[in-house]
Amino acid sequence: MRNFISERAQSIPPSGIRKFFDLALTMEDVISLGVGEPDFRTPWNICESSIYSIEQGVTSYTSNKGLPALREVLSGYLKQHYGLCYSGDDEIIITSGVSEALDISIRAIVDPGDEVLIAQPSYVSYAPCVTLAGGVPVPVECTESDKFKLNPDTLQEKITKKTKALMINFPNNPTGAVMKRNDLQTIADIVIDNDLLLVTDEVYAELTYEGSHIAAGTVSDLWQRTITLNGFSKAYAMTGWRVGYLCAPRDLCESVLKIHQYVMLCAPVMGQVGALEAIRSAEEDKNNMVNEYRLRRNMFVTGLNRIGLSTHIPEGAFYAFPSVKATGLSDTEFAERLLKEQHVAVVPGSVFGAGGESHLRCAYAVSRKQLNEALSRMEIFINSL
Amino acid sequence: MDEKDLELLRILEDNSRLSAQEIGTMTSLTAVEAETRIHALEAAGVIRKYTTVINWEMAGNGEVSSIIELKVSPERDYGYDRIAERLSRFRQVKTLRLMTGTHDLQLLVTGRNMQEVSRFVSEHVAPMDRIRETATHIIMKSYKENGNILFEHKETERLPYSF
Repeated sequence: MRNFISERAQSIPPSGIRKFFDLALTMEDVISLGVGEPDFRTPWNICESSIYSIEQGVTSYTSNKGLPALREVLSGYLKQHYGLCYSGDDEIIITSGVSEALDISIRAIVDPGDEVLIAQPSYVSYAPCVTLAGGVPVPVECTESDKFKLNPDTLQEKITKKTKALMINFPNNPTGAVMKRNDLQTIADIVIDNDLLLVTDEVYAELTYEGSHIAAGTVSDLWQRTITLNGFSKAYAMTGWRVGYLCAPRDLCESVLKIHQYVMLCAPVMGQVGALEAIRSAEEDKNNMVNEYRLRRNMFVTGLNRIGLSTHIPEGAFYAFPSVKATGLSDTEFAERLLKEQHVAVVPGSVFGAGGESHLRCAYAVSRKQLNEALSRMEIFINSL
Repeated sequence: MDEKDLELLRILEDNSRLSAQEIGTMTSLTAVEAETRIHALEAAGVIRKYTTVINWEMAGNGEVSSIIELKVSPERDYGYDRIAERLSRFRQVKTLRLMTGTHDLQLLVTGRNMQEVSRFVSEHVAPMDRIRETATHIIMKSYKENGNILFEHKETERLPYSF
């Protein structure tokens, strides 16, 4: 029999930490800092409105672009919170999570052989999405000495004639790094000078702890060459609802919509109804969660530095990214032994690509009590080395 | 009172047993700074008391709680204040509020059993001057007190890993 698997599918590496995943599942008392989702439940008013809509028989397809009411309030929300101007009529598409938004955006812009620059460390799906679209992912390493911000010189070096787009994600998963307006300004100049498109995943925008989030689409003239991705998962603790969205200027949006309508048709209507309620009335729930993350961050990062894992203060998202260099272990060894010996699960930084090696991603989206327990266990582990 | 003070109050309201060191770390203050602020809030009377949320039903002491609503004729110059202050002195009255709606004052009263509560209402509260009418509602079960859920609920299952 022939090998039916396409070369593209074969070229994507399997998840590097599958074995941890399986091991952690067999252990009883694991504290997992490996989960990239809020530990809070979705605010009840959001659940309630979705339940009610199902009772009322709101169970059909929506417009491909998503519920008009949701796009309308989103448009207002983006303007009010970030100064982003996207029309609810034809510049916003509601998607099944940011994951879908990312995939269809890449498919809409990448031709075979096109290079897409990816600021790394980055979320694990970026490079495979580019590969699946026939493009070539090119990592641009963000280093600890730059506080994991994207360095303009490093970016410039990676640009070739084939470069089509740049993908960024700030606040960043896994480093928690944030780009301020002046940081984005220098990147904007390079993107514009080289006639690139910018894809910016801003799903952690609401989780910005110092000052307010700067949307890349508001910097310089970037708007017309930017696809902004965002969603409800992280800010409103709605990961399982699968609701995200993408915003782009009209012509770009229309092309992405063609792909969305064939591969997804529309995002689940129950999720969209919940998302509408989230924007209308869950502002306080969201703020309470953000405040709690800030307290945990301060506590956890202080603790990591105290036990000898040097950690920069993450200004956004809910991840701490400590360095394990001082221990002499690689990130994978450290994570593997920490799980086996002390039953604390963290994700080795190298999973997230260039610049991630020798670091760990620790999500502080768990209770303070668990964070303290995790710190004690990590301290015992480090002292045993 | 600034944003930091409010943050300290929110933390303490959730858990008043944290040390000044822990609170300081979370709010980017030194332990001494946190302690000084907390003392000031205590001195100003913003922090009234450190207490514990207890599920008495579970503790099995069999206490009975009731909401008592009162219609009261207000006094010239004093309104409801004097009678409310007088009612407040009773140990049995745990909470007392002036309300809009069909009644004026609302009391939360606890006692060892129904008889004790009803005796308290009929002998001490109802006969007071200016009280025109009382309505007693026995609390059958508490599901939530001051923002704390009192019933058992399972933690949702999460994957040990996700990106």
